[in-house]
Amino acid sequence: MAKGQGATLDRKKLMKDPIMVTTIVVLIAFLTLFILYPLAILLVDSFIGDGKFGFSVFQRIFKMPTFTKAISNTLKVGFVVGIISTLVGLLFAYVEVYLSMNKFVGGLFKVVSMLPVVSPPFVLSLSMIMLFGKAGIITRHLLKIYDNSVYGFWGIVIVQALTFFPVCYMMLKGLLKNIDPSLEEAARDMGATRFKVFSSVTLPLILPGLGNAFLVTFIESIADFANPMIIGGSYDTLATTIYLQITGAYDKSGAAAMAVVLLTITLVMFAVQKYVLEKKTAATLTGKASRGRMLIEDRSVKLPLTIFCSAVAIFVIMMYLCVPIGSLFPTWGYKFFPLTFKWYKQVFTKFKGFKAFKDSFVLSLISAPITALLSMIISYLVVKKKFKAKGFIEAVSMLAMAVPGTVLGVGYIRGFAGGIFHTGIMQWIYGSATLLIIVFVVRSLPTGTRSGISALRQIDKSIEESAYDMGANSFEVFMTVTLPLIKDSFLSGLVTSFVRSITAISAIILLVTPQFLLITVQINEFAEKGAYGLACAFATILIIITYGSVLLMNIFIKHFGTSKKLQEVE
Amino acid sequence: MEKVKKGVRLEHISKIYKDPKTGKDFYAVKNTDLEIKPGSFVTLLGPSGCGKTTTLRMIAGFESPDEGEIYLGDEPINELTPNKRDTAMVFQSYALLPHYNIFDNVAYGLKLRKVPKDVIKEKVMKILDLVKLSGMEGRMTNQLSGGQQQRVALARALVIEPSVLLFDEPLSNLDAKLRVEMRTEIRRIQQEVGITAIYVTHDQSEAMAISDQIIIMDKGVVAQMGTPEEIYYHPVSEFVADFIGEANFLRGKYAGMDGKYAVLDFEGKKLKTPPKENMVIGDQYTAVLRPEAAKLGDEGGLECRVIVSCFMGSYQNYHVMVGNTLVKLEDHNPKNRKVYKVGEKCHLLIDTDALHVI
Repeated sequence: MAKGQGATLDRKKLMKDPIMVTTIVVLIAFLTLFILYPLAILLVDSFIGDGKFGFSVFQRIFKMPTFTKAISNTLKVGFVVGIISTLVGLLFAYVEVYLSMNKFVGGLFKVVSMLPVVSPPFVLSLSMIMLFGKAGIITRHLLKIYDNSVYGFWGIVIVQALTFFPVCYMMLKGLLKNIDPSLEEAARDMGATRFKVFSSVTLPLILPGLGNAFLVTFIESIADFANPMIIGGSYDTLATTIYLQITGAYDKSGAAAMAVVLLTITLVMFAVQKYVLEKKTAATLTGKASRGRMLIEDRSVKLPLTIFCSAVAIFVIMMYLCVPIGSLFPTWGYKFFPLTFKWYKQVFTKFKGFKAFKDSFVLSLISAPITALLSMIISYLVVKKKFKAKGFIEAVSMLAMAVPGTVLGVGYIRGFAGGIFHTGIMQWIYGSATLLIIVFVVRSLPTGTRSGISALRQIDKSIEESAYDMGANSFEVFMTVTLPLIKDSFLSGLVTSFVRSITAISAIILLVTPQFLLITVQINEFAEKGAYGLACAFATILIIITYGSVLLMNIFIKHFGTSKKLQEVE
Repeated sequence: MEKVKKGVRLEHISKIYKDPKTGKDFYAVKNTDLEIKPGSFVTLLGPSGCGKTTTLRMIAGFESPDEGEIYLGDEPINELTPNKRDTAMVFQSYALLPHYNIFDNVAYGLKLRKVPKDVIKEKVMKILDLVKLSGMEGRMTNQLSGGQQQRVALARALVIEPSVLLFDEPLSNLDAKLRVEMRTEIRRIQQEVGITAIYVTHDQSEAMAISDQIIIMDKGVVAQMGTPEEIYYHPVSEFVADFIGEANFLRGKYAGMDGKYAVLDFEGKKLKTPPKENMVIGDQYTAVLRPEAAKLGDEGGLECRVIVSCFMGSYQNYHVMVGNTLVKLEDHNPKNRKVYKVGEKCHLLIDTDALHVI
């Protein structure tokens, strides 16, 4: 069978759409240059870094006890965090979906699911130290323990678990909601106890989903840089070891090889998660729930679960509140009154606070619309168009999801500090604002693309086809039909990428030059030094900015959103 | 709409897809030749997976044929993208733009063509009048019923004055009564505008009611093309006979001519039927009997036994056994007539001239 003609015709038709072709070419160039190339240069560096081709660099780093220790540390932390986050997330999800909740508990849940989105990544580490550290309010002043150490394994585990479990909670909530209640009712009807129903029906159904949640957290944990940096103490993980290897030991090929190791671990996890578990989840839970679920009113089930979850939620909220409150104390741990704004004053007078906020704000503000538009274009191409390079575009944007920030940072240093392939071409980009913006874009692109893809999949294909049929070219279809229909998703992508950029640290800390002051880097610096008052003041202002923009977006969507109207159609 | 009417011609068209389960290539449409005359209403009819929608989407330009060439009028259009083709499609899901009101939906194609505003207004109003939606232009699409949305979709396709209108199962989302009403409407509007229309459906009664020509497709190839009458009375294969209406297949060896009739040896009896060309004595043939072309009586014809007798309102439905052959009958207007009960022995009286040998 000769399929050739159809493919040729498809290509010819595509070529008649110059805007489309240009877009695709530019996209491929961008993805290649800023995602594939930095990773490729890491491979090149680690195989020929010490002069000749071979495994010598790897042999060298694997002989370093700090490095092998870091690997086992990272995996241990990732494993424990993954388990704890998944279990706590499951509990939260179960309580929300299966139990009748009062308004107060419901509100707590909502806040908990929202906090990690709007807060910088290391806020919990800060408050952990401030509450439970040597000078911690709870340990020192309430419990009179004077030598408590939060640094190390358990510090990282607790902080990461508290940071990541809301992600599991949201994922599992979606799964539980999709279980048809009549399955469970049938089991009940057959004589199963509530616990038996959970263990023999609910649990097997969401098992792949649990595995999925576990791996997602695992990946997040091993890629996390900020928390181990602040609360790890001497307990180094891969991300911090790589950072120290390049900033402290100036061992570029060593850092590159370590980055390759870290990348390999996350890629394997990611592949398992993406291609094995996600498919299984989709296969076991297909249908929508046919109708509402009878909520559990039984107090012996309801009371302990609700109390436990509320306690966790209140604890998390308290941890977050600790930061703004801490910024008002004269000296944390020693002098609490009178409350003062002196740290804020110092932020702006002594420590160039204004410049830091301006730099962070402007760079994030520029990168946000680029990211949002780019991710919508990628999703549009991936979901709605047929062309040869589509697989490449989809794969590379997904790949970016699995790349830890530290790895990307090292890749950019190696890839651009000496120009492309160390030739000096494009060297200007290194240290420029452009590169920082690109880093922000690349770091937020995968999330934006993922939400764009799921938004576009819900639009009936024939709506765009009809516009195309009426005479619109791809660009006109995208502007007059696609974009208006996914306006909400676009807006939230805009804000999400803004928030992600302004709170980012892992890749950017490796690439920022003294010319730019970024808030997150400042917070990290002051927290390292133990200047918690200043770190808290910076962090508080950052939280206000991010929370404010999310609030603004929600108001905006409520008033101008299209989703309401569209839902009525269905 | 003083446009030159154009027909559509398909020459050796094939489309190959990959079977997602087996990974093997197969022909969704195979070596198909079609000639659709200007101004005619042609229906592509067939079971799901027969290639009818693929054919329509190739004419619209959404799919590219792997073999052959498609002509609009005399112009080959293989390389044209859908937006450059002089065709307009009415979609199964209506595919109205949900963020536009009715006026803007209908005006969309004209705006893309940079038609002046006042002309757009005039044309849209005229078309909305034609589809009986005057006064609704300010409404949003979700404020319309299914039938009204279908009219908007039709208006939107008509207003750009395409050479060919394409319909992709446009009525399958409507309820039965509305479906009948809308098909009459579509036919009326097509006649009024005089446009060439190609219509895909799996509903045979819809195809019969609406078309000048029906093209029956099966597994990617054209099984038969003809007027509704030709296809109903003279199907070329058992597939066509069975797909259009109900059919009984009476099989027997050809035993020779009796006057102007051919005689088949059917269940040990002699069955007279109008002959087919070049029949060979001793060969097996099948005669198609439509359920309305026979009735039951107390004598004459073929002996049979009733196994199902069922009152359907406008007719009495019988299943009878003639030897080992099951025959389904519809006895219309059964009031005040004898009704045969299950198990009763009686006689099958066939209208000989209504038989058709395939």
